[in-house]
Amino acid sequence: MPMQMPRKSALLFAATALCALALASCGGNDDSGSGTITVYSGRSEELIGPLVSRYEARSGNDVEVRYGDTAELASTILEEDDKSPADVFFSQDAGALGALEKEGLLAQLPADVVDDVDPRYRSRAGRWVATSARARVVAYNRDRVKRSELPRSILDFTDERWKGRIGWAPTNGSFQAFVTALRLLKGEDAARKWLEGIVANDPEVFDDNEPIRDALGKGELDVGFINHYYVAQARAKEGAEYPVEVYFPPGGDPGSLVNVAGIGILESSDQQEEAERFTRFMHSREAQEHFARDVKEYPVAAGVAADRRLVPLERIQQPRLDLSNLDDLRGTLKLIQESGAL
Amino acid sequence: MATAATVPTAPVAEALPPAPGRAPRRAPRGLVVGAIAVAVPMALPLAYLAVVVAQDASLAWDTIWRDQTLRLLLRSSALAVAVTLSAVALALPLSWLVTRTDLPGRRVWTVLTTLPLVIPSYIGAYLMVSALGPHGLVQDLLAEPFGVERLPSIYGFFGAWLVLTLFTYPLVLLTVRATLARLDPQLEEAARGMGRSGWSTYRTVVLPQLMPAIGAGGLLVALYVLSDFGAVSILRFDSFTRVIYASYRASFDRIGAASLAALLVAAMFVVLWLEGRTRRRFAYYRTAPGAARRPQHVRLGPWRWPALAFCATVALLALVVPVSVLVYWSLQSVAGDPNWSEISSAAVDSVTAAGLAAAIAAVCAIPVAMLAARYPSRLAAVIERVTFTGYALPHIVVALTLVFFGTRVALPLYQTLAMLVFAFVVLLLPLAVGATRASLLQVSPRLEEAARSVGRGPLAVLRTITAPLAAGGVAAGAALVFLTAVKELPATLVLAPIGFETLSTEIWTATSVGFYERGAIPSLVLLVISAPPLYLLTTRHQP
Repeated sequence: MPMQMPRKSALLFAATALCALALASCGGNDDSGSGTITVYSGRSEELIGPLVSRYEARSGNDVEVRYGDTAELASTILEEDDKSPADVFFSQDAGALGALEKEGLLAQLPADVVDDVDPRYRSRAGRWVATSARARVVAYNRDRVKRSELPRSILDFTDERWKGRIGWAPTNGSFQAFVTALRLLKGEDAARKWLEGIVANDPEVFDDNEPIRDALGKGELDVGFINHYYVAQARAKEGAEYPVEVYFPPGGDPGSLVNVAGIGILESSDQQEEAERFTRFMHSREAQEHFARDVKEYPVAAGVAADRRLVPLERIQQPRLDLSNLDDLRGTLKLIQESGAL
Repeated sequence: MATAATVPTAPVAEALPPAPGRAPRRAPRGLVVGAIAVAVPMALPLAYLAVVVAQDASLAWDTIWRDQTLRLLLRSSALAVAVTLSAVALALPLSWLVTRTDLPGRRVWTVLTTLPLVIPSYIGAYLMVSALGPHGLVQDLLAEPFGVERLPSIYGFFGAWLVLTLFTYPLVLLTVRATLARLDPQLEEAARGMGRSGWSTYRTVVLPQLMPAIGAGGLLVALYVLSDFGAVSILRFDSFTRVIYASYRASFDRIGAASLAALLVAAMFVVLWLEGRTRRRFAYYRTAPGAARRPQHVRLGPWRWPALAFCATVALLALVVPVSVLVYWSLQSVAGDPNWSEISSAAVDSVTAAGLAAAIAAVCAIPVAMLAARYPSRLAAVIERVTFTGYALPHIVVALTLVFFGTRVALPLYQTLAMLVFAFVVLLLPLAVGATRASLLQVSPRLEEAARSVGRGPLAVLRTITAPLAAGGVAAGAALVFLTAVKELPATLVLAPIGFETLSTEIWTATSVGFYERGAIPSLVLLVISAPPLYLLTTRHQP
């Protein structure tokens, strides 16, 4: 009878579901096997996946990677506290590493790992270290803006003639790191004035760097505040006719901030040695060449050179700043909110 | 909801039998225990928010009382109201046309106008921007023949309103259409017989009976809009959820984020209270002996042309435009040799997780819905409302709730499939409860009472009378949960076992590095997978 059918099938369904669940839970997080490390990666699989495979082949050990958004993974680690399944945190920016460091969740790295990179690109306490560097730039559409029109400092984009021509991403991590740098370099008041000045210029608000670059490419925008490699990647794909150029405001201007992607090892990890080995691999020549060639970031170790078409890292007149201090984002967010940017 | 004001009470109240459940009937203890057992885990997000906020209450207080906070809450509420009203405005005529008229191709329109439900709003928003953005594909098409240099901006409130309306109105359509199809035509015929016009009959007889369905569907839409992050961020609408995400992303400020999320929960209770007012205290089941007849179909005559144009416009905007972009990208991406084995294993993972969540949610919904429909009381209301918490919160908050409790209380289960499925149930249970409750409301308690009076026990009644009659609603609830879970992203990223890659994480992986073409094929596979449950939803109660 049809009356009986739904109940029977529902019961069967529920029973199957429970069995499947029980089975699934048995196969749970099991990384007790020696040498297997778990990495939480805020960098994409596209970027890190090939390197991880090569590392696995080289070391004979498994690496389990959870890919996600850098900040969400950092928030996850903060909630997990000392119970985190992660051994390594691979972050898209210094701020997230700084936040974990501040909570005492990151372990001391061995001296040789720390010494691989320039002191500017690592934690002072030696608890995280850069794997590659990325520069903030003023990107502009050369058909709509002449190079000579661009001001000497990013601070001058508050001028009225930039009204309705700017794109920015106030919720983006890299942008917020830049605002933190601005506060540290020029003081709270100057940072507030700058934010309010840009807001007064009716900027177009984006969620991320990429859509800003694309809007610049389509000529919907004149200038945008983004990271250098977005433009370099598009140029490599589209060729010389691509109309977006980058500009580094000179003289240690906050607009030319150089931030990093980096690695920290969790204090709670019982695989410290293996995690260190993984970190060293990210400083190896092949890993550094991968970042330089495929991502167009600046390599930071093993003497690898950056892409020839980029402005060399040494030529960027970057501001003097301890990147560890970029973790003070709470004040930045408050400022961004109060200025009406968000 | 504004439509509530148009409900005329007196004539309807007279036309309907006295309210059920007025006479205090005690709920069976087993049912109450079952419902509480379901509600307690659903309240975990509330407990988490309380724990976090308590860590620094004064900071939480400051966060809430910032000007910005209230302004954004108002903006988001305005969006939620606008989207809900327009979703209802689309769903009412659509549901009437496909159930009660001789509209040509009703079955096809039924399916086509429901399909937008399976398009995740973050993909939908991106596709709409690609198609209708100032320099999108449509502008490309218009540029040559008409010299259109740019289309008006769809960013901001307008775009968010448009996209969210187009991809959420099926939630109202589903509930209203199901009710409309099962409505006994007797009352309407009586009204017509007394000389009322068609419109007046609809307004005074049909619409009041649809109110619970409109309320239930509208509630799901409103809460969806309040908690959505994907669509509003792509369409650059500055919403409340954006600030919650920003608190996590910018400053790892869990206390700030949690206090804002708590405010969202408060907003949710206001919405639930509003919805409660659409549930009038009269019966929605037929009381006359014999079976309900099928309603006669209204002849549209020449009106069928505008009616067809209306259905076609909705289907064009909500379905044809986004799917065309997807197909266009897929074709480009096929040339780039997509990784089919990865896509098919992602499809299997998606179906596994969403299927388990659907089955479990359907079972968990039964005691909650039963209590709410049959034994309305303050306790029943509290339990039902608590189950909405997860649905009204941004998914990242629920995900972090389970990270918090998972690592502290259930470490062996942490980041297993069981945990992920549990997260889906916490996030989506109201979809199952709503559908189940609606179907229970249409089963006359007198049937159950009759069975009891001839000596059947309560379980036997449930098994032989209630369950078979309400099975359609339970299945519909499961289907809705499946359709929504299969496209879930934020909780999946945090809680899925490592290496468990679903279609939505595939899409995310592709789009987060800017390869939108590569995300197109998994998106299309997602739509295909959603077809069977959608078919179940749309063919049920077809007149």
